[in-house]
Amino acid sequence: MNNALTPFRFRRVFLYASLILMGLVFIMPIYVMLITSLKPIDEVSLSRMWELPTAISFDSYQYAFERLAPSLLNTIYLVVPATILSALFGSLNGYVLSKWRFKGSEWIFTAILFGMFIPYQSILIPLIDFLRTIGLYNSIPGLILVHVVYGIPITTLIFRNFYAAIPTSLLEAAKIDGTGFLGIYRHIVLPLSISGFVVVCIWQFTNIWNEFLFAVSITSTGSQPVMVALQNLSGSQIVHWNVQMAGALLAALPTMLVYVFLGKYFVRGLLAGSVKG
Amino acid sequence: MSSEKVLPFLFILPSIIAIAIFVYGFISWTGYVSLTNWTTLVKDLSFAGLKNYAFLFNDYRFQSDMRNTLFFTLFFIVGVSGLGFFLAVFIDQNIRQESLFRNIFMFPMALSFVVTGVVWQWLFNPSTGVNLLLERLGIESLPRWYTDTTIAFSFPLGSIEFGLPIAMIAVVIAAVWQMTGFSLAMYLAGIRAIPDEVREAARVDGATEMQVYRRVIFPMLMPITVSVAIIMAHISLKIFDLVYAMTGSGSNFVTDVPAMYMFETTFRGNNFAHGAAIAVIMLLFVAIFIVPYLIGNRRGD
Repeated sequence: MNNALTPFRFRRVFLYASLILMGLVFIMPIYVMLITSLKPIDEVSLSRMWELPTAISFDSYQYAFERLAPSLLNTIYLVVPATILSALFGSLNGYVLSKWRFKGSEWIFTAILFGMFIPYQSILIPLIDFLRTIGLYNSIPGLILVHVVYGIPITTLIFRNFYAAIPTSLLEAAKIDGTGFLGIYRHIVLPLSISGFVVVCIWQFTNIWNEFLFAVSITSTGSQPVMVALQNLSGSQIVHWNVQMAGALLAALPTMLVYVFLGKYFVRGLLAGSVKG
Repeated sequence: MSSEKVLPFLFILPSIIAIAIFVYGFISWTGYVSLTNWTTLVKDLSFAGLKNYAFLFNDYRFQSDMRNTLFFTLFFIVGVSGLGFFLAVFIDQNIRQESLFRNIFMFPMALSFVVTGVVWQWLFNPSTGVNLLLERLGIESLPRWYTDTTIAFSFPLGSIEFGLPIAMIAVVIAAVWQMTGFSLAMYLAGIRAIPDEVREAARVDGATEMQVYRRVIFPMLMPITVSVAIIMAHISLKIFDLVYAMTGSGSNFVTDVPAMYMFETTFRGNNFAHGAAIAVIMLLFVAIFIVPYLIGNRRGD
């Protein structure tokens, strides 16, 4: 009986086998990206696609980096201010909508939330007109404005859910002591907000870094963020696959690192994005 | 509004104004543009009635988009929620290296759809990638993935062949790969929130492990399934970057989606009125799913 597969052990073997198989399927694209990007150009042939490189070459990274560097810089100029600003707006809105509710505030909150789900195509034509009028079309500040505004729904939602967990009695006590709206925010709410800010910043950082539709329709050469440049890189015929894969990995690296080191907060943002959290 | 609530209101006023203009104002303007004759670079806001909508509903490309979106949405929702549920159940079995598995299934969520598109474009290229593996497994008739122009189970409807566009399957696989982590996280959080006593009670009643999941846990997770389905539906109705980076419209528009059509007709073709009409139709489809969901969530507070 010892060596036989009892139902229990059979179940465990099946369980691990399924998980490992699915795990391999899920990391396969990363495996292919990695080995391809490290191959010297003469090894990048279709028939040897799955084989490990015999010699490691970083040429493709050098070339991809040269091509993507200006747009990587654009993305950094975009993502840092846009993330910080939208987190600040979200925090204030969340504070008001969870702790200073007024008549109609629930409806306002729902109306704001709707902005999170709209297809951005439905605002794109007037948005571009508007950006042209105020002189921010085809510029990073223009994209910052767009991401801050359309980030308001999700950041407000996350902070509102987050602040709902702060006991109202704490605020009531402060109110009796004569602390006002801003005082409570500065001395009670803000110090308790750190992990809320981490969640929101990671969420906004990832989304803005990865965003494509606004980037491709609002900017052209010179002010393009990295995802547009990556798409152009892979769209051109002369670029080899090892360069494309190196470019894709470079463009994905910052959000991958965020995921690896701050995965817990990343997931929390993810769950908060489904309204209820 | 009492005086102590004026200051808080003033602090969210800028956001309210921004959303009023950038969401509701712009949507109204797009709605108006969709009713005009603005079909070239020269702005023409003369009223055209429903002409642009009538054009789209008779348009071969738009009809193809509707068909493609329908099948994409269907397979995407079933794929993401089904795979996510099973992986969540598997991961819930006190396995070793739980966080490793969880991280592997969820990391694609951190990637951009553009990156996903670039990678899977290569993997599903008929002469490379996955097909090389299938060839080694001895499979003779290799799938042509997104270059396949076949519409399976088709019958004529409007000006198109209605049926399952085979090329869409490749795009769905890439999308499911990217988004399964979301439903996995949702289901895992849901399963973990179910008190152990519930399972114990079912086991005491003689239910097998399988029955516990099928009869007790899965029904309890119904609200999560609904949320996952609605969120995936709204993602699939507006999907753009993945298709743009991976396949484009495809020959005979087999992988075209409304967002692609809107983008090309507006920004490459300068046909703003048609672009606006597509955008309005997209918004209506999304609203059908999202408005009841938002109102339902509000009631639940």
